[in-house]
Amino acid sequence: MANLLNIKNLHATVDGKEILKGLNLEVNRGEVHAIMGPNGAGKSTLASVLVGNPNFEVTEGSVSFDGLDLLEMEPEERACEGLFLSFQYPVEIPGVSMTNFMRTALNEVRKHKGEDPVSASEFLKLMKEKRELVELDSSLASRSVNEGFSGGEKKRNEIFQMAMLDPKLAILDETDSGLDIDALRIVASGVNKLHRPDNATLVITHYQRLLDYIKPDFVHVLYDGRIVKSAGAELALELEEKGYDWIIKEFK
Amino acid sequence: MIENQYIDLFTTYRADIDSNSAAGINYHREKAFEAFKALGFPTSKQEDFLHSDIATAFEPDYGINIRRIPLKIDPYTDYKCNVPDLSTNLYFLINDMFFDQGVPEINYPEGVYAGSLKTFAEQHPDVFSKYYNQAVDLEKNGTVAFNTMFVQDGFVLYVPDNTVLEQPIQLINILRSRFDYLVNRRILIIVGKNSQAKVLVCDHAVDSAKFLATQVAEIFAEENAHVDFYELEESSEKTTRIASTFVHQAKNSNVLVNNLTLNCGFTRNNYHVKLDGEYAESTVAGMIIAGKKQHVDNFAFLDHAKPNCHSTQLFKYVLQDEALGAFCGRILVEKDAQKTMAYQTNNNLCASPHTHMYSKPQLEIYADDVKCSHGLTTGQLDEDALFYMRARGIKKDDARLLLMQAFTDDVLRLVRLDVLRERLHDLVEKRFKGEQVRCGNCLICK
Repeated sequence: MANLLNIKNLHATVDGKEILKGLNLEVNRGEVHAIMGPNGAGKSTLASVLVGNPNFEVTEGSVSFDGLDLLEMEPEERACEGLFLSFQYPVEIPGVSMTNFMRTALNEVRKHKGEDPVSASEFLKLMKEKRELVELDSSLASRSVNEGFSGGEKKRNEIFQMAMLDPKLAILDETDSGLDIDALRIVASGVNKLHRPDNATLVITHYQRLLDYIKPDFVHVLYDGRIVKSAGAELALELEEKGYDWIIKEFK
Repeated sequence: MIENQYIDLFTTYRADIDSNSAAGINYHREKAFEAFKALGFPTSKQEDFLHSDIATAFEPDYGINIRRIPLKIDPYTDYKCNVPDLSTNLYFLINDMFFDQGVPEINYPEGVYAGSLKTFAEQHPDVFSKYYNQAVDLEKNGTVAFNTMFVQDGFVLYVPDNTVLEQPIQLINILRSRFDYLVNRRILIIVGKNSQAKVLVCDHAVDSAKFLATQVAEIFAEENAHVDFYELEESSEKTTRIASTFVHQAKNSNVLVNNLTLNCGFTRNNYHVKLDGEYAESTVAGMIIAGKKQHVDNFAFLDHAKPNCHSTQLFKYVLQDEALGAFCGRILVEKDAQKTMAYQTNNNLCASPHTHMYSKPQLEIYADDVKCSHGLTTGQLDEDALFYMRARGIKKDDARLLLMQAFTDDVLRLVRLDVLRERLHDLVEKRFKGEQVRCGNCLICK
């Protein structure tokens, strides 16, 4: 089977400034990849480009996702095809209830797959099951999207949405930032429970601590818009201990 | 002068106007006539009408039904209402005539009157003269004087002291004609001490003819009374609506005025609220969805005349295409109105680059121990929120729709009637989807 995600020589700019400078990455089903790197290396840019954030412009390279040309697709099509981003900064949407938001999203994804809209009772059951996974209480349904959520609740809400939409590839962009240890554990355990042989996870993180909970198969170091080193899970520990400087020196 | 044709009309047909109305209504014409002659119609040269030149709206030649010839329709069969809880207490003004055929018999508590203004003036002259035209300030603008000169009928809800009307009263204004038409209607709501009432007024218009409707509503909330006054405009692009609502609030009263404009041509709504007793509470809200070349201008004036009163204004506009919106909210805190709390919010969404929004908050405070605030924002849809929704699979247009609906949601949340709020949610959704929400039936009821 072909790679789930295949990024070749990806270049991207924001406001005319080149951030990604020829990035290559392959992710297969069943794998967990971690992308680490110093601030400003382009980690979040990679996540944004993959989900089609209009603020970023791809200037060169290709990305195939499950055999499709990802860069040709609208953000909503990418989501319907099974790409999910857990946002570093989830957006508050006052006035739109989680129920309304999630039902609309879920039905779009189902429609895309040629399935019927979810019934009201089925939907409620699903909501309950998935929110329990990340220990969110029943008030979630009537709350506005992310409005008034604490930092931890916002991140748990991201994983809840991931669980609801059941993507093929989930990208977690700094999902650990701003989390206390309990929230971190809840988020990580949610992610682990959702992991299956037929899906994949891309964890973008600055610190290794999330990787104590989510065990990556591969760790990549992103520096200056390129992946400069790839290895197994042990690399994360080494980075934690020695920092990034030695890799940067090695690369230069 | 545009006014001259109406001055001539009035002097020529004065006898006809009077003989087809009631003495109590006629009594006020002369004074109104004098005021109108002095004021004329407001023009955009006046600061409070900067964006709405009312005079030009009266320029075209409209028909006016002075001799009260009824239209041969029966709204009770043509405009059937199907929603329970809202459907029973239903009244119609067809053009500006009260439809008195087949009004359902309703077992109101003793002393309650709901029906024709003219009949009320004839049957209850004492109550009528105690209230009619008493909250109105004829000097405010010429259209109020104009309405008082010409008005022949309208709708009255009278609720005596210590009476709670459980069911809301619904009044439907139907504009229907084959030729261009001018209507002058009047609404009088009197809610006595410790009493409660909810009124919903819907405007409908067929779109084959051009309409100009003037409306003056007076709302009296006596001590400890609760009054909800909802208006839903679903007229047509050829309709001009010039409405003035005067609210007089006594001690401890609570009044909510909530106006939703879903479809219109040229609309100007004036609100004059006087908080004339301590601990009175007032909410004046509006939600406006306008597209094409629609024009909606709301002017709210809240007068805190007594201490310890609380007022809230919340107006939200969603403008699309080439629509124009204007809002002016004025809070006046009089010298002795200490401990006033008065808040005003106006948020506007310009969903297309060809829209215009003009907003002007005004505070005039003469007391020194008050809390007053105003907040005003005008902007576009939140791009980050749009993207966030798209990243979950929601199509761009649907995401825009959800955001626009969400934007208007807090105005709907003020609706203190569950059935109505749910219906309005549906209507707003349909309106944003561009579906025709007007219908042969009453909108609310379909």
